[in-house]
Amino acid sequence: MEKKHSPGRILEPLLKDLGQDGRRAFQLPKTDLPAVAPETQIPSDWVRSKPAALPELSERDLVKHFMRLAHLNFSVETNFYPLGSCTMKYNPRVHEEIAGLSGFAQLHPYAPDSLSQGTLQLLFELERMLAEVLGMDAVTLQPAAGAHGEFTALLMARAYHEAQGRPRKKVVVTDSSHGTNPASAALCGFDVVEVKSNARGRVSLESLASVVDHDTAVFMMTNPNTLGLFEEEVMKVTQLVHDKGGLVYMDGANMNALLGQVRPGDMGFDMVHVNIHKTFSIPHGSGGPGGGPVGVKAHLKPFLPAPMVASGSAGYRLESPGPQSIGRVRSFFGNVGALVRAYAYIRSLGTDGLKQVSEGAILNANYLKELLRGIYPIAVDESCMHEFIASAKEMKASQGIKAMDIAKRLLDYGFYAPTICFPLIVEEALMIEPSETESRQTLESFADALAKIKHESEETPERLRTAPHRMPVSRLDEVQAAREPNLRW
Amino acid sequence: MDLNGLKYTKTHEWLRVEGQLGIVGITQHAQEEISDVVFVELPKVGKMVSQGEETAVVESVKAAFSIYAPISGTITTVNESLSKDPGLINRSPLEQGWIYKIELRDPAEAKALMDAPAYEAWAKGNKH
Amino acid sequence: MDYVPITDHDREVMLEKIGVSSVQNLLNIPRDVPRARLQLPPPLSEPELLDLCRQIALSNRSIDPKRSFLGAGAYSHYAPSIVRYIASRGEFLTAYTPYQPEASQGTLQAMYEFQSLLCELTGMDVANCSLYDGATAVAEACLVALRETDRKKLILSSGLHPEYRQTVRTYFQHSDIEVIEAPLQSGTTDLDFLNSSVNSEVAAVVVQVPNALGLLEPVDAIEKTTHAKGALFITSVNPVSLGILKPPGEYGADIVVGEGQPLGIDAAYGGPYLGLFACRQTLVRKMPGRVVGMTRDAHGRRGFVLTLQTREQHIRRAKATSNICTNEAMMALAAAVYMASHGQQGFRELAEQNLRKAHYACEQLSKIPGVSPMFGKPFFNEFALEVPIDPETLNRRLEAKGFLGGLPLARWDAQWKRGWLVCATEVQTKESIDAFAQAVAESCKDR
Repeated sequence: MEKKHSPGRILEPLLKDLGQDGRRAFQLPKTDLPAVAPETQIPSDWVRSKPAALPELSERDLVKHFMRLAHLNFSVETNFYPLGSCTMKYNPRVHEEIAGLSGFAQLHPYAPDSLSQGTLQLLFELERMLAEVLGMDAVTLQPAAGAHGEFTALLMARAYHEAQGRPRKKVVVTDSSHGTNPASAALCGFDVVEVKSNARGRVSLESLASVVDHDTAVFMMTNPNTLGLFEEEVMKVTQLVHDKGGLVYMDGANMNALLGQVRPGDMGFDMVHVNIHKTFSIPHGSGGPGGGPVGVKAHLKPFLPAPMVASGSAGYRLESPGPQSIGRVRSFFGNVGALVRAYAYIRSLGTDGLKQVSEGAILNANYLKELLRGIYPIAVDESCMHEFIASAKEMKASQGIKAMDIAKRLLDYGFYAPTICFPLIVEEALMIEPSETESRQTLESFADALAKIKHESEETPERLRTAPHRMPVSRLDEVQAAREPNLRW
Repeated sequence: MDLNGLKYTKTHEWLRVEGQLGIVGITQHAQEEISDVVFVELPKVGKMVSQGEETAVVESVKAAFSIYAPISGTITTVNESLSKDPGLINRSPLEQGWIYKIELRDPAEAKALMDAPAYEAWAKGNKH
Repeated sequence: MDYVPITDHDREVMLEKIGVSSVQNLLNIPRDVPRARLQLPPPLSEPELLDLCRQIALSNRSIDPKRSFLGAGAYSHYAPSIVRYIASRGEFLTAYTPYQPEASQGTLQAMYEFQSLLCELTGMDVANCSLYDGATAVAEACLVALRETDRKKLILSSGLHPEYRQTVRTYFQHSDIEVIEAPLQSGTTDLDFLNSSVNSEVAAVVVQVPNALGLLEPVDAIEKTTHAKGALFITSVNPVSLGILKPPGEYGADIVVGEGQPLGIDAAYGGPYLGLFACRQTLVRKMPGRVVGMTRDAHGRRGFVLTLQTREQHIRRAKATSNICTNEAMMALAAAVYMASHGQQGFRELAEQNLRKAHYACEQLSKIPGVSPMFGKPFFNEFALEVPIDPETLNRRLEAKGFLGGLPLARWDAQWKRGWLVCATEVQTKESIDAFAQAVAESCKDR
C-alpha cells in the first residue's frame, strides 16, 4: 500500500519494528514424529512459497510492547469512564476467574450433552433468570451483541407477521434512537420511518399515531431513552402499536436503570434485547465481546433462533428448532464465555442486589446532574434515570467551544469523556452516565473538573480548543486518516 | 465563469446547463456545512437518474451527505480528480470541485430550480 | 455481593443535595407501569459464588486436549500464557470502543497491528478489527459483494461449514437475494456445477479452505470461473492453515473471512470467537465494522484513530454498510499476541505440525480394518473417514475410554451415515494418536 506520509515521532514502535529474525516468544514442543517435507502431504503448489511475515520477538519484548500500549489507555479499572449509553460499570475480577475455569473455557461446542451438563445447566438457568428480570416468556442467548439481538428480534417479527398471513414492511424508530436500530431494520429489509421526539425528549403519542399503521411491523423504543428519561406514556405507546397489530421492541441498552424496578414485559413490550456487556457487567473489551440476549413473549416463541437449551429427565440438552424458527444467527451456541460472567453477576446480586444497582445508577446520575446545575445547561432538566445530557451550546455560542473541546479537555483531568454529539436531537450533547459503581467522591471531582473547564472556556478558550495537552498524543488528524487511509504496516 | 448562470436546489446542489449537458456540484454554503470533505462516492457512468434521486455521497469525518440529482438524465462523466483530492470540493466547490456531468432528459426541468439570488435568500433563511 | 459503593451517609448527602427524600422519589415512573417483584435465587458472597461456579464447571466432563480429536469449526491449540495475560489486562479489557483516540492509543495501535498481521497472513490489502464469528463474517462478506456488484444471487459451496450456510440463509431469508448451494463432487466443490451456474447475476461465490470436510478446494479453477462472470470470490479460511498454505491473496480472493478461534482463543462451548475480515483495497469503503488507521497529531507525532466511520451505523444509520457496533476486539488482541508470539518461523512450524500430525493420524486410523479415507484428497489438519460402525456408537465407546471422537458426519448430511470427521493439531503427540488409533480399533471390533 502507498504510504503518503512518514510516521513522525512515535510513542511505541510497531511490532514489526521491534522484531528481530530468530527471536521467539514461544517454542512448540518438538514433535516426536519423524519430519517429512510438506510437499509429500499436500500438492507443492499449495505450499506457501514465503512464510507469512509475522514479526519475531522474545517473550520479554512482546510483553513489554503490549504493557507499554496498555499504559496508553484509559479504562474503567484506571479512570472514571462516564460514557453515556455504554454503562461503563466496574467489571468484577472474580468473573474472569470463573469464565477461565477449564471446565467452561475448554469445552468444545460439539461436545456431547453428556460432557456438557454444567454449561447447559448454567445457560438454562441464565435464560430463566433473564426472562424473570425482563418479564418475558422466553430468551435466546445466541446474539453476540446488542445490534445482533435487534437483528434477530426483527427477523422474528418479520416471520411472525408472515405467519399471521399479513407481511408488514415498516419499522418505526425514534429520532433519538441508537444508530443500530435503523441499521438493523434496514438489514432485515424493512423500510425505516423515524418519529420525532417531543419538546421534553420523549416519544409523542400524536406523532407516533401519525406514522404507525397497519403496515407497521415493529416500533422500536429505548426506555429509558437516550436522554436518560423514562418514557412516561409507555403503556399507551405499546397499546397504540398493538391496536394496529404491530409489535413493540424495547432496545434494552439502558436496562441498567430498570433492574428490579419495572420489567419490559410488564410495559407491553413483545421483544427486548439486553446488552450483557452494559447491564450485566461483562467487560467491554475495547469494543467487544459482549452479548445481546433477546427476550420475547409467548406469541413469538416459535420463531426463536436455534438451538435452545431444554431440560428433561436425562438432564439438559440442546434442542433443534421448530419449523417456524428463523434459523441460526451465528455459529455454535453464542458468546458463552460472556454469558458465564452474566450468570455470575446475577447470582452474586440476587433480587435486592439488582435493585441496588438501578437505584445506585439513578442516584449517582441525579447527584451528578445536580452538581452540574447552573454550570452546564441540561437538555431536559427533570429527574433523570441512569444518565442525563448536558449541552455545550451556550459555550459554543459565546466562545466557540464545542462539546468535542470539553471532551478532550476532560482527558487532561484524568477522566474519560462522556458520549458526545449523541443523541442527534440535542445540540452539542454531552451524554453522561456515571453508573452505580462510582463513589460520591469520584462524581464530585468530575463535577469540579467540568466546572474548571467552564471557567477555562471564559479565561483561556484556546487551551480548550487545542486540548488535550497532557495525553500521550495531542488532537489527532482524523481528516488525513480518512482521506488517505493507512490501515496496515 | 458566469456564476449567475447556475441553477440551485433546496438541497444545495448547483447545475450548469450547457446545451444538452448539465454539470452538477454542491454550493459554497454546503461545503462550509460539511467542512473537510474526505471522500466522494461518485455515481456510475451510464446510470440513469431522476430529478431528486440520490446520486452521490459527500463524506466528512463524522457525517455523510446525500447529493441529489437537480435534474433527470444519464450520467456521462464523473470528476475522477475528486477520488485523489476530495478537498477540491472545499477549495473550489463551483468549479474544479464539480461532481458529475449529466445528459439531460428534459431540460425544461431546470426551470423549476432557483437562480443565485433566490438560492442565497433561501439558504440564509434556512441557516441553522 | 453488590458493587455499589454508596453508603447510608453518602445517600443522605446526595439526596439532600438533590432535594428529595428517597431514591424512589427520583424514579419518575408513572403509576400505570406495574412494579417488578423479581424472584431470583438469593445473593452470594464471592467465596460462595466461586464455589457454586466451580461445581457447575465440574459437571462438564473435561477431556485432556491430547485425547480430543474433535474439530469441525472449533480447534484445540495451545495458547501461550502471555496471550491470556495480555488479553486480561484491565487497561484493554475494561476500556470501551476507542472513540476518544487520545485516551485509547494502546487499543488503537494493537488493533492496527492485528489488522496488519491478518493482512500478512492472508495476503490481502486491508482488514478490519473483527466481526462476531466466522459465520456472521461470511454473511457480512456476502453483503459487501451484493452491494459492490449490484446483483442478487449468492453461490455458497456445500463445503462451507453447514452452520455458516444456515447463518447466511437466515441473513437473507427476508430478501429477494437468492442463495444457491453448489454441491460437492468427491468432497470438494463441483466445478461443473459452478461452470454452468455462475453467470452475470451472481454477486459472489463463497468457498471454505480447508472446507468443512477438511479438504483443500480447487481454488484456481473456482477463481477463474467466478471472475470470468464478474462475481466476487470469497473464501473462508482457517488462519492456522495459512502458516503453510498458499494465502488467498495469491489465488485471487476478493474477500477473505474466517473463524479466528484457532488463534489462541478458548473453545468455550462456542464463543466468544473472532470473525476475521480482510479484502482488496478497492472494497475498503464497503467493509463492515471498525477500522483503525494511522495518522498524526497536531505536533506531528504518530497516532491511531478509528477511521472511515461514515460506513458505520452510528453515522449512516439505515444506510450503514452493516449494523455491527460491539465487536470482538479483545479476541483480536488475543489473536495478535498469539500470532506475534509464534512469529514467522514459529507460525510455519505450528502449521507444519498440524499437517504432520493429522496425516499421521489419518495413516494410523486407516490401517484399522474397515476404516478408510472418504475422499482421498489433500487436507490440512482434519479428514473424513469411513468407519465400519455407526459413528455415534463409536464416539460413545471412545468416550468411555476417555477420548473425544470426531464428528459423526450424518449430523451434517444424512448421506454420510458412516462418515466421521477427525481432527489432529499440534497438541496431539505420536503417543496420544497411537493410543487413539488403538481405542478406535478396539471400539470398531464389536459391530
